[in-house]
Amino acid sequence: MDLNALIKEFGLDVKAGAAHLDREVTGGYASDLLSDVLAHGGEGSIWVTLHIHHNIVAVASHKGLAGIILVQGRQPDQDTLAKAEKEEIPVMVSDLSAFELVGRLYKAGIRGAQAD
Amino acid sequence: MAQDLKRRAGDDDRVTRTQEMLYELTVGEVMSDNVVTVHPDQTMSEIRILMRDNRISGAPVVENGKLVGMISIEDLINALLEKRIDVPIREGMTTDVDCLYSDESLVHCIAKFYRLGHTRYPVLNRKGELEGIITKGNIVEGLLRKLEIEYEQTETKVSAARQRPAMRKFFEDVFADEISFTFKYNIVGQTLQHAGTAASELKNALKKLGVCPPLLRRIGVAVYEAEINLASYTQGGEIRATIEKWGVSVEVLDSGPGILDVEQALQPGYSTAPDWVRELGFGAGMGLVNIKKCSDEMDFTSSVPEGTHLTMRFYFTS
Ligand SMILES: Nc1ncnc2c1ncn2[C@@H]1O[C@H](COP(=O)(O)OP(=O)(O)OP(=O)(O)O)[C@@H](O)[C@H]1O
Ligand SMILES: [Mg+2]
Repeated sequence: MDLNALIKEFGLDVKAGAAHLDREVTGGYASDLLSDVLAHGGEGSIWVTLHIHHNIVAVASHKGLAGIILVQGRQPDQDTLAKAEKEEIPVMVSDLSAFELVGRLYKAGIRGAQAD
Repeated sequence: MAQDLKRRAGDDDRVTRTQEMLYELTVGEVMSDNVVTVHPDQTMSEIRILMRDNRISGAPVVENGKLVGMISIEDLINALLEKRIDVPIREGMTTDVDCLYSDESLVHCIAKFYRLGHTRYPVLNRKGELEGIITKGNIVEGLLRKLEIEYEQTETKVSAARQRPAMRKFFEDVFADEISFTFKYNIVGQTLQHAGTAASELKNALKKLGVCPPLLRRIGVAVYEAEINLASYTQGGEIRATIEKWGVSVEVLDSGPGILDVEQALQPGYSTAPDWVRELGFGAGMGLVNIKKCSDEMDFTSSVPEGTHLTMRFYFTS
């Protein structure tokens, strides 16, 4: 599934990186600890978090993530958006809670990495 | 298009990758598996609406999980002409159906398209249950998808192969008793406002110098973690990355307060991150662990109150 399909299916609000939505989503990761994402986020994965500050873009960029979904309708900071555009990282917002969103993503076929 | 592929597949003296794929891909891999099916007791006029709404020109007829026939626009037109639009599908459908199995190769599938001339075939598993439907469009799409994936893979391989020689060449072409190629970044302490900039700038620079993506990613993550630590726990410091013949060496220095128990700091999960750092998502106690994992060699020393010294090495060959 690519980001475009994901956005359509889950009614996500695209906040940044609209030009990079044709990327294939190869997996998912949910965490609010950035070091944890840096350690375990997989390339091409979609990342579900509630953080809205610009560090999330750096993390996504370092790990080659496909994009970031902010949960509970949280609005990204202005500098997060600017950075996301620059780093070409799509940032999307969902009104759902993390648990609910992850459940639905899983149901749509998106999987997390197997425990290592 | 499909016929053409098939013909070329039989042409022995020049087998293209696309032709090869016809043998690798199975019907199950390219078919569409969300099929609109109909029941034999529905009427022909219902199928008309179904076809219009789903933009399809035919559908398998299924009863008790088994395929009992196919209904197509052609059947529908015949029914219209004969003014039999209100009869059940059972009476208007084609019952002599040619099927494909999901584990058949595309080569067989295309041969069947060619030989029998239908535009779509229901796909069954070996138990005889309907799994999907396949059209020429599905075949073309499936091939394109596979080509695209392979193209992307070659592209990354090619760029990885192209890049190392560029670095090598530089060191081979330039002679000096000592070559130093250093990037230095000053890091402000006690604020995370700009933290992360040095790591991404360094990554950019190394990318321009032709460091390959996997190594680039490891360096990026390790330096990012180190930079965040400087910004979170120290009065500030500097990051010095040096390109050497064998790889990249990164030194991270700060001017205090230092760490009392270095072993403890290296433990996964150990963190003294204050609230303002935790609020931003840091403080898992995983940063140094990540650095160790990402680097080929790591050296971490500290003294109180002078400061902490981290050295990381990344080899081009690993
Ligand atoms: N340069 C430094 N100066 C002083 N203390 C440090 C320094 N780097 C790390 N530490 C100490 O080591 C601990 C562990 O660091 P580490 O990076 O592994 O985890 P963290 O920063 O607490 O959390 P995370 O990096 O997962 O967000 C820190 O909490 C801090 O107490
Ligand atoms: Mg840290």
